Amino acid sequence: MTDETIIDVHDLSKKFGELTAVDHISFQVKAGEIFAFLGPNGAGKTTTIKMLTTLLHPTSGEIRMNGFDPVHEQSKARASFGIVFQDPSTDDELTAWENLELHGILYHVPKQLRRQRMDALLKIVGLDDRRNDYVKYFSGGMRRRLEIARGLLHHPKILFLDEPTIGLDPQTRNHLWNYVKELNTKENITVFLTTHYMEEADRIAHRIAVIDHGKIVALGTSEELKQKTNTTNLEDAFLALTGSSIREEEASAVDTLRIHSRMWRRRS
Amino acid sequence: MQTIYILWLRQIKRYIRSRSRIIGALGQPLLFLLALGFGLGPVYQRAGGGDYISFLAPGVIAMSILFTAIFSGIEIIWDRQFGFLKETMVAPVSRMSIMVGRTLGGATVATMQGLIVFIITLFVGFRPESIAMLPAMFLTMFLIALLFTAIGTAIASVLQDFQGFQLIMNFLVMPMFFLSGALFPLDNLPKVVALLTRIDPLTYGVDALRGTLIGSMHFNFALDYSVLGGITVLSMIVGSYLFSRIQV
Repeated sequence: MTDETIIDVHDLSKKFGELTAVDHISFQVKAGEIFAFLGPNGAGKTTTIKMLTTLLHPTSGEIRMNGFDPVHEQSKARASFGIVFQDPSTDDELTAWENLELHGILYHVPKQLRRQRMDALLKIVGLDDRRNDYVKYFSGGMRRRLEIARGLLHHPKILFLDEPTIGLDPQTRNHLWNYVKELNTKENITVFLTTHYMEEADRIAHRIAVIDHGKIVALGTSEELKQKTNTTNLEDAFLALTGSSIREEEASAVDTLRIHSRMWRRRS
Repeated sequence: MQTIYILWLRQIKRYIRSRSRIIGALGQPLLFLLALGFGLGPVYQRAGGGDYISFLAPGVIAMSILFTAIFSGIEIIWDRQFGFLKETMVAPVSRMSIMVGRTLGGATVATMQGLIVFIITLFVGFRPESIAMLPAMFLTMFLIALLFTAIGTAIASVLQDFQGFQLIMNFLVMPMFFLSGALFPLDNLPKVVALLTRIDPLTYGVDALRGTLIGSMHFNFALDYSVLGGITVLSMIVGSYLFSRIQV
């Protein structure tokens, strides 16, 4: 880890009509750091990530990603990061191999290096023998693993992992985090992650930001958060910071559409 | 360049792999050819129009290109839904090249579909006027396909989900088809209908296609190609602007 700041967020807000999803947050992530973003459902984690990754324009505030502004220097900002999305984003009609290949080309990874990494990554995520199968026949966990392999293919400067371990068994999760740690130390890749598994954040993250109702309510190392809240583990610290009421998330148009398409597919 | 190629290839692969979609999309043109072609053929002939199948075949080919092209463009909504759109949207490539790759891919797919329908018309008894015009036919088909894929892309860029799709089918695509002169000659029409047919871009596509296939047309190639080309460029520009503004 160095002292160089790679993600710089200043007074960032995002409003959807009346709803303020992200409310004037500021934080810095240092190059080479593993930074966890924790928060209950609907706290603003994914919205923040979308703004950092050029998918959404902020209502106000400033972002610097590797020195670039994601609103006005989109291409340069995009070249700086890789992302594993919370929702699936592979192409069902392509094979695992083709999905990786497409990604490698979009990120300008030279052919030889691309093939090498594709081989290595498919082995790591345990999909080596399924490389030529269509993704539509994959289970949820397999898709997840493929997406993770894909996100790592181009060795970005900053890697976003938005709840990457949902639906994975402990073995794969363990493998994944070990690989991420290795990438972090060997290639000095900055990792920005969100997760609902507190023990994962506890184990892997250098610093943790807790976000709730669009605001950062605490930021520090796991130890600091525990001290601050007078608790012995991160889960308790998290609950102390964010309360214990259950959050609702509204289903988006996309969710509704997904349900429809599932019905359609069953019919055909 | 590689970006455009890989996204083009993706469209082609998806098309070839969805055999049920290819075959399903052939039902409609086949129905039009058989029901209208043989059903209205005798009346058309008695009215002095000549062979209706010959007249109808280019129209039905244009129809299948129109539908496939619009649908290829609209596919962006699927990609938005299945998340694949995000994958391309965060890649360090210009949105312009993404849009161009997809549109070329969609247009190629629609052209292939048009070619399949062309082959079907041969079985129904259609004979093109001259083999020498087939390259021109091919070019015209691709131009029609490009135009409507670009329009589909532009539309899909502003739609969040499929709820607006029915609206577009009923108020844009179907009228474009029925008013294009694909089914009836453009002569002696009531003023309003004549005007509507003339603002319908497909009219010029059908006319050019008819020109290459049966050698008779209402306008001329110069007018048809300038209108088609002009509107294609325009919708590509509008489409890439709308596409570049997509937020997911």
